[in-house]
Amino acid sequence: METGKVMTMSDAVARFVPDGSSVAIGCCLEPLVPFAAGHELIRQGRTGLNLIGPISDSLFDQLIGAGCAARVTAAWVGNVSEGLGHNYRRAAESGQPKPLEIRDHSNFSIALALWAAAWATPYLPTRTLLGSDIIQSNPDLVVADGLVRVAALKPDVTILHVQRADAAGRAHAWGPLGVAEEAALAAGRVILSCEELVDPEVILSDPNRVLVAEAKVVAVVPEPGGAHPAPVQGYWRRDHGFVRDYAERSRTREGFLEWLQEWVLAPPDRAAYLARLSDTEPLRIRRHRLSAPVDYGDE
Amino acid sequence: MSDRYTPQELMVAAAAREIADGDLVFVGMRLPILAYAVARSTHAPRARALYELGLLRDWPAEAFLGTMGDPPNVVGALWSTRLSNVMGVLAQGLADLGFIGGAEVDRFGNLNTSYIGDFRQPKVKLPGSGGGADIAILSRRWVTLLSHERRRLVDRVSYVTSPGYGDGSPGWRGRQGLPGGGPAAIVTTLAVLRFPPEGGEAHLDSVHPGHSVEEVRAETGWDLQVRPGAGETPGPSKRELEQIRRFDPDGFWTRRSEA
Repeated sequence: METGKVMTMSDAVARFVPDGSSVAIGCCLEPLVPFAAGHELIRQGRTGLNLIGPISDSLFDQLIGAGCAARVTAAWVGNVSEGLGHNYRRAAESGQPKPLEIRDHSNFSIALALWAAAWATPYLPTRTLLGSDIIQSNPDLVVADGLVRVAALKPDVTILHVQRADAAGRAHAWGPLGVAEEAALAAGRVILSCEELVDPEVILSDPNRVLVAEAKVVAVVPEPGGAHPAPVQGYWRRDHGFVRDYAERSRTREGFLEWLQEWVLAPPDRAAYLARLSDTEPLRIRRHRLSAPVDYGDE
Repeated sequence: MSDRYTPQELMVAAAAREIADGDLVFVGMRLPILAYAVARSTHAPRARALYELGLLRDWPAEAFLGTMGDPPNVVGALWSTRLSNVMGVLAQGLADLGFIGGAEVDRFGNLNTSYIGDFRQPKVKLPGSGGGADIAILSRRWVTLLSHERRRLVDRVSYVTSPGYGDGSPGWRGRQGLPGGGPAAIVTTLAVLRFPPEGGEAHLDSVHPGHSVEEVRAETGWDLQVRPGAGETPGPSKRELEQIRRFDPDGFWTRRSEA
């Protein structure tokens, strides 16, 4: 069995996400946000990243506050249940801790930008964003012949958290998928973190559910709880209290830096982070709902 | 159960009443998630809901939702899919009604959720469009919800994230090539403002109980015209309040000041 792609998050980030990379991370909107990968980017001191994603809950705000980002290409940056992203505001309004270039999209247009790259075409035309000032402030959007041309957006690396994957990099994810498929197909390479590393037989019993071609995947990181505080269907609820605590503490730069020290810089890895949570038991989903198997019979 | 209600509870009830039975509703974030649940449980049993991250439902999730992506929202879904499939449904004009949360709205219904001040050097950076611009351009009609303050209801927004009726001139949306019908109403903490069917400028349609036309006009940044016969917004009924508190049992959305 191939195991060369299985590695720690520390190794995956060190090997495959150099400074200055464009990184799609948080592609499913609220669920399956790869917070563990984001925190490893911060611990390794990545700089100059172009963060790509429709809505990554509060992960982009954390990466911006930690000084990792030079550009953000997104539809929405904030805190989904709490509102404004305070680090995003500080960066955009006063360049703190670093100036930030912003490429605004809508959810639909960023999906089209990723599909264009996934299909190796320079742009896709659409009616969405006609009449919006987003086409004035984002140079990747041009009106021609009465339609908006959305330029292809090709991430150097796309990072996805999934329920299960095998060592060859074949992933099963379920629940709403946001732009995960187009972000993975468009990317130069893909890093997966997963709740469970499973045998290939499990994955290949249902090839329709495989998220992206295995050839794109360069790293598979077994990382249970790697999306916390975001939810994972069948595994984890959303930790609303943790999200609220982040929103309140990140209102000031000093408060954010204290939060960052406590939750990102001090814990050496995800296991240590999870150990800091007082009790993960109420967050674990215990009432399971299995789907009916499908029949791939051939003779 | 107390029949005293918060401004947010009234906003949810008023938003729910915008949903007609049988509507396909493109649900946004926050309060509209509750508005769909209330409508579906009261007057609109056949209303269905699209969630932009990739879900279609015909009944509300039984448990509290902090976001549309919480696991209970997937249980019993009619379709769990990718964002671009849901956007395809929207782009084909199949969404009867959309909801968009606003930071700033103007007399012609244009929404700004991006930048206060010059976008090159913003005074305030707001979170951005999310799916808001898509809903504003592509849904058949849409409603926005926001806190009624003079700084939020302005004569003209400085940046149009989600277009309403543009400069307010007749046929503006058609000339821009926008397929959807445009904004129908603005539901605020003080009142309901409504647009004429042909578009244009928002008028005061009803004032919430305990507030006055004068107060609403004073908190509005343009010379707000009052629809002849404008009255009082009906408060939430007992049934509506029961449903709001069923789906928001701890008041996460409707009983804390910043919600």
